[in-house]
Amino acid sequence: MTTGPDSTAVGQNDNPLTLTNLKAYYLTSYFGVEREVRAVDDISLSIRRNEVYGIAGESSSGKTTLIKTFAGAVRPPLKIVSGSIKYQFGDLELDPQAVSEEELNQIRWAHVSYIMQGSMSVLNPVRRINKSFKDFAFKHMGLSESGFWEAVTAHLARLDLVPEVLKAYPHELSGGMRQRVCIALATVCQPDFIIADEPTTALDVVVQKDVLAMLDEIRRSLQSSVVFVTHDMSVHANMADRIGIMYAGRIVEEGPTRTLFTAPKHPYTAHLVSSLPRIGDTSRKPALEGRPPNLSDPPTGCRFHPRCPLAIDKCTTEVPPLEVVGDDHRSACWRSDDVTPLTTINELESEGRA
Amino acid sequence: MSAILEINHVSKRFAMGGVFSRSYVEAVVDASFTIEEGQPEVFTIVGESGSGKTTLARMILGLEEPSSGELRLSGQLIGGKRNRAARLEFMRHVQPVFQNPFEAFNPLKHVDRYLEASARVLLGAKEDDQVDAAMDEALQKVGLSLAEIRGRYGHELSGGQLQRVAIARALIPNPEILIADEPVSMVDASLRMSIVNLLRDLRDNFNVTVLYITHDLATAYYISDRLAIMQKGYIVEMGPAQTILEAPEHPYAQLLKDSVLSVADAGKAKVEAPDRSLAQKASEQSGTGTLVAGSGGRVVRRVAQE
Repeated sequence: MTTGPDSTAVGQNDNPLTLTNLKAYYLTSYFGVEREVRAVDDISLSIRRNEVYGIAGESSSGKTTLIKTFAGAVRPPLKIVSGSIKYQFGDLELDPQAVSEEELNQIRWAHVSYIMQGSMSVLNPVRRINKSFKDFAFKHMGLSESGFWEAVTAHLARLDLVPEVLKAYPHELSGGMRQRVCIALATVCQPDFIIADEPTTALDVVVQKDVLAMLDEIRRSLQSSVVFVTHDMSVHANMADRIGIMYAGRIVEEGPTRTLFTAPKHPYTAHLVSSLPRIGDTSRKPALEGRPPNLSDPPTGCRFHPRCPLAIDKCTTEVPPLEVVGDDHRSACWRSDDVTPLTTINELESEGRA
Repeated sequence: MSAILEINHVSKRFAMGGVFSRSYVEAVVDASFTIEEGQPEVFTIVGESGSGKTTLARMILGLEEPSSGELRLSGQLIGGKRNRAARLEFMRHVQPVFQNPFEAFNPLKHVDRYLEASARVLLGAKEDDQVDAAMDEALQKVGLSLAEIRGRYGHELSGGQLQRVAIARALIPNPEILIADEPVSMVDASLRMSIVNLLRDLRDNFNVTVLYITHDLATAYYISDRLAIMQKGYIVEMGPAQTILEAPEHPYAQLLKDSVLSVADAGKAKVEAPDRSLAQKASEQSGTGTLVAGSGGRVVRRVAQE
């Protein structure tokens, strides 16, 4: 198999997170009927230091399940069937499945933090923001009470939030401010590793750009790694260093952002990139027929083959491995050599300016 | 040429608070535009949440009464309809498609029952085969067929299919105007373009005028003929969609365009926070400004120069 960790590690072994052949299924058994939903099916990847790794995929492609596995949020019916997860922060090495809840709590927030989707439902509506900060972050920072509030206030200032928000209830803040509070909460302990699950999906365009700019800046100053999950390819284009494209529980393509946009090697990626409408372009955008597969009964062979314009007989029976197709670039397609970009991205706008 | 939809100086204010602490929110202020008959187009209303675009759509659907001004459909006043017959007659001409198809359909009902009810009530089809024919015709227009849809529940269809069923339902009475409020924001990325392309085809092949409400400038550019940009209740720029989006003149329209994430710089870009100061300033002056003609057949809200 070429999907082993060797093919991903590029001379670095201090990657904060390494997943190896991970399989996580939802196993249910009602009235003797057993059902398994293969939401994460044989995924190997590693996240490097100080990079933004984007995970793209439609709903029910398994991206949230993937995050849950390494955020230490595996609860029945979700079960890790095989494979391994390894965190490494300096000398601290840890497998979130193997350790006890107490040990996991030591790395939570201090090393790994999580910006969740839907800021309204994340913050406790009947507690002021300062209580949430105290609940989440106080014990991880190991500071005195006054030192803690000083650090929190200084941190809020970096996100352009006034200290008064600490006294507010979540409903008193606007959507963009709440999302910034969530980002502040997740970054106040200066974690090495941040997981962001659709942090800007419910926001307006202008606020979205605000929040993204702030997240980017705070990440640069903390030098942490970020796993950024969203279905919006235009957000990935602007945030991610590398992108992994998920389809039906598998990573179908992974590579540097620029490469995926200009020279994709999987037909699904080629479609996602070409179907993005852009201002200044009214040519008809192709739509992909069919629907995302049902994960409890996925198609045989390559899971994309029923919708794939390039499918051949081999695709219906044999699963394509995630193979190296270029510099730091992997694709799981039998015909990856035949994939051509369906659209041309113009030369870098910034090159003229710089 | 007569206007099919006329919106004349329409405003809507909502009262908030109690008797003694009453305050008002101006949701829509003095909006005017017309849609001509026999000239199907995609008319897009763009704005952030709170800009009044949904309130305007609800007034066009007769779900909300304007505080002042009037809305006319083929010369008839919209609103003030007290009886079912008048309401149904109105719904034969104007039909809505809502944002989230998963919430629009009852999960315990077969989706074809919605189509059937629309065919019987709005189209007046009596016989079963008439009803089936009307359902199938509408489903064909959206690229589905009755055989695929009959007896299905909402959860058995993908978001894209379900939204197409919702559009098919709206098409049953052969309306002149379809009001689509954020129809693609809940649909998966790979299926999104099929809905957007469908709206474009409805205009080109079936002479339906689509009032497309969105905050996504890129799809707006892709399908719209005309465009109105709303900021805090005011229409600030309106005119030919591509002219405006290529070179917006109003500061708020410029801010919106600057906020669109470009993919041209994929992997090399640095996201910078957009500058709101000019748009903020323009917003404060919206009350004193008027819509004046700008370049390329557009109108822009400006404060008159003394």
